[in-house]
Amino acid sequence: MALRQVRLVAGADLDGFRRAVRALVAAGVPPEEVDWIAADETSLFGDALPPDAPPLSLPRPVGELIRAAVPHRDPERYGLLYGVIWRVLHGERDLLEVASDPAVHRLEIMRKSVKRDIHKMHAYLRFRGVGGVQDPGPERYAAWFEPDHFILEAAVPFFAERFRAMIWTIVTPIGSAHWDRERVSFGPPGTRADVPVADAFEEGWTGYYAATFNPARANPKLMQQHMAKKYWRNMPEAAAIPALIRSASSRVDAMLEGEPTVPLKRKPEGALAAMLDQAPASLAELNAIIRAAGPLVPGATQAVVGEGPERAGIVFVGEQPGDEEDLTGRPFVGPAGRLLDRAMAEAGIDRKDVYLTNAVKHFKFEQRGKRRIHAKPTAGEVSHYRWWLMRELELIEPRLVVALGGTAVLALTGKSVPITRARGPTELLEHFAGYITVHPSYLLRLPDEDAKRSAYAAFVGDLQRVRALGEASAPRRTRAA
Amino acid sequence: MDETLGRKLRVLADAAKYDASCASSGAPKRSAGRDGIGSTSAIGICHSYTPDGRCVSLLKILLTNYCLFDCAYCVNRRSSNVERARFTAKEVVDLTIAFYKRNYIEGLFLSSGIIRSPDYTMEQLILVAKTLRQERGYRGYIHLKTIPEASPWLIEQAGLWADRLSVNLELPTDAALTAYAPEKKAPAIRAAMGQMRERIAEAKAERRSFSPAGQSTQLIVGADASSDADVLRTSANLYSTYALRRVYYSAFSPIPDAAAKLPTRAPPLQRENRLYQADWLLRHYGFGVEEIASAGDPNGMLDLEIDPKLAWALKNRHRFPLDVNRADREMLLRIPGVGARAVDRIVAARRHTRLRLDDVKRLTGSVKRALPFLITADHHPGATVDEARLRERLKPRAEQMSLF
Repeated sequence: MALRQVRLVAGADLDGFRRAVRALVAAGVPPEEVDWIAADETSLFGDALPPDAPPLSLPRPVGELIRAAVPHRDPERYGLLYGVIWRVLHGERDLLEVASDPAVHRLEIMRKSVKRDIHKMHAYLRFRGVGGVQDPGPERYAAWFEPDHFILEAAVPFFAERFRAMIWTIVTPIGSAHWDRERVSFGPPGTRADVPVADAFEEGWTGYYAATFNPARANPKLMQQHMAKKYWRNMPEAAAIPALIRSASSRVDAMLEGEPTVPLKRKPEGALAAMLDQAPASLAELNAIIRAAGPLVPGATQAVVGEGPERAGIVFVGEQPGDEEDLTGRPFVGPAGRLLDRAMAEAGIDRKDVYLTNAVKHFKFEQRGKRRIHAKPTAGEVSHYRWWLMRELELIEPRLVVALGGTAVLALTGKSVPITRARGPTELLEHFAGYITVHPSYLLRLPDEDAKRSAYAAFVGDLQRVRALGEASAPRRTRAA
Repeated sequence: MDETLGRKLRVLADAAKYDASCASSGAPKRSAGRDGIGSTSAIGICHSYTPDGRCVSLLKILLTNYCLFDCAYCVNRRSSNVERARFTAKEVVDLTIAFYKRNYIEGLFLSSGIIRSPDYTMEQLILVAKTLRQERGYRGYIHLKTIPEASPWLIEQAGLWADRLSVNLELPTDAALTAYAPEKKAPAIRAAMGQMRERIAEAKAERRSFSPAGQSTQLIVGADASSDADVLRTSANLYSTYALRRVYYSAFSPIPDAAAKLPTRAPPLQRENRLYQADWLLRHYGFGVEEIASAGDPNGMLDLEIDPKLAWALKNRHRFPLDVNRADREMLLRIPGVGARAVDRIVAARRHTRLRLDDVKRLTGSVKRALPFLITADHHPGATVDEARLRERLKPRAEQMSLF
């Protein structure tokens, strides 16, 4: 029986292997008749095989195993893989599930060691700056790394995804890779001398490494299990290791022998008292905090905080600022706000006497062409803002809190309640007398003029009852515990 | 890097190192934007290991080690005489970016001593994270320490920029916390954990990002008198009540300039190791706390000489040996020395073949500890499981530590 010789390019010749396997399977050549040779020559085949045999249909895990094991340095990898492929195609379709099979087991070990090698390259490769910091243009970096297997191409996409804004070159004994902020190009192998000998941050990094080590837990063996010595020569911080280990036990002895300490400074009574006094004591302080926080949902121009007297008897809570509110920074100044003004006037409520605020303090929208269309805040977003709303109410201690629409009800009660059923005075607010009605924007959205008129009248009716319930005779609730 | 900054870095890294967590796992997969840097992967990366064998994944530092609190176990308590330093937010941002670009780190783990007020301190931590994300186009990992004494709205902001939030409970019982950390209040810590749990769950349901890698905490072991069973009960409760990703155990370690209240001797590191093993049994092997505790001693301490799974098996010998070709997955998980992944491989392989001892060896790596507890097509341990000396035979020989 004559052996078929198959020559592959040195390194991880996935393409060559794939073509050879297709051809060999098409010709019905069993594994024991193939001699795989990985060489530097580019001619693919020792013996003539049809160059373009049809692709094979293999279970997905087999394809994955091939890609994962081909970069391994072991010359037997191709033969083992072909053996497994042959068996999968000849009655053992689920062969890879039998992890205890000797061939599967060996390939699994190869897969693992390739994976580990890639992982270690991602972990232990160190970039060094190229050229001075003053150089114009994007920063340039270079790194030297010595992998165990032919993993350069498999390992490089990680660096391209991570260090996108930088220009970098990775040099290894098996090839080099260059990223120009657009694409990766592969080049010939290089040497350590192709990479700068130092970097301005290596001393600082080594100092960090030494400081984060706890001498009381010294365990060099465990360190070496994870970070074998062969990596050390390319890791700047590793230079500190011998001294850290040598001094560990004397440092611990010094700590154990040290007497318990007597504080040199007196107890900072003033600072301790001041520390506990951090809660905002006025609406102005609270609103400054809200403005400084920035949007918790992306896109808003500014925070729109509440408006009205600090000791208002009635607080109106809406949903969130709209387009106009977002631009002016004031609540209820858009179309819905103007409608609310009109209805309040008809109900005999002076806007200047009440406090107007929103459950959510930032405008959330979807951009449609030039228009910013209101987007309803999610329940989770409403929860992000609840603390501020509750603090506003605690500071104002109103006689009545009016929830305008479902989002306000959700913010005030933590529950989703249908407005149509809960409309009117409510006990759902734990610490305050409450009143539930619709949001004025609901009235604007009604398509039918008759419906709009009667809904508006009902809304004015609500506001009249609100006025009565918020009269000065009603008691203020005490601040929530 | 200038010398003043280098000195600050050493002081503030030294001050942060007693926090055991350095994980960069659990974040959703992200890649850098066009003009930015930073990516994340599900499992995280350890970029180095210090000679204590611990992973260096994140730049783990304090913003400052000045602190108004006086927690007895902490090297940074206000009554300690350690060297103090303080970073500006910008210094931390620049340092993170510079280290990240050189592939030293997977991201930032930022904590702080309490200065001025808990709110002020928390705002500074948030400022660092927000600047990295918004101004520097940074998409790498960020872990922020949450200060439970800070106003609740600050937690709402922290989670928008961080991959993981954590509050350290530090001591397993409320009484111990009161005794050792006078400024800390257990209810405030639980409230913060509860708030984070809610927001994390809501954001996940709404497909928004809020601390996507969840929350974790740390318990110090051996500073107070709590038993291992106490610690594990606390953990089990934390996992179920607050959906924590991880509870870290940190064996109390001697610190320079220690308070008089502390024990003079550190607990054996093995105690921490056994707690981690027990923690895994809780989370991945279907064990209950009381089952694990019952395998320890009457004082609620785990066996230091053998791992908790082996300890449980030795006390429950009537349930062994198990036939690897037939036993349920849940029972296979209880065989000493056989891991969850090996169990999955056994279950997959036995559908196609009858497993022999050599097969099981290939699937599990080593079967030495498992031999008395399992049956294969060609192996039966006979009565070895009942041997009186089984524990002696299976316990690992004491190893001499070697320095090199």
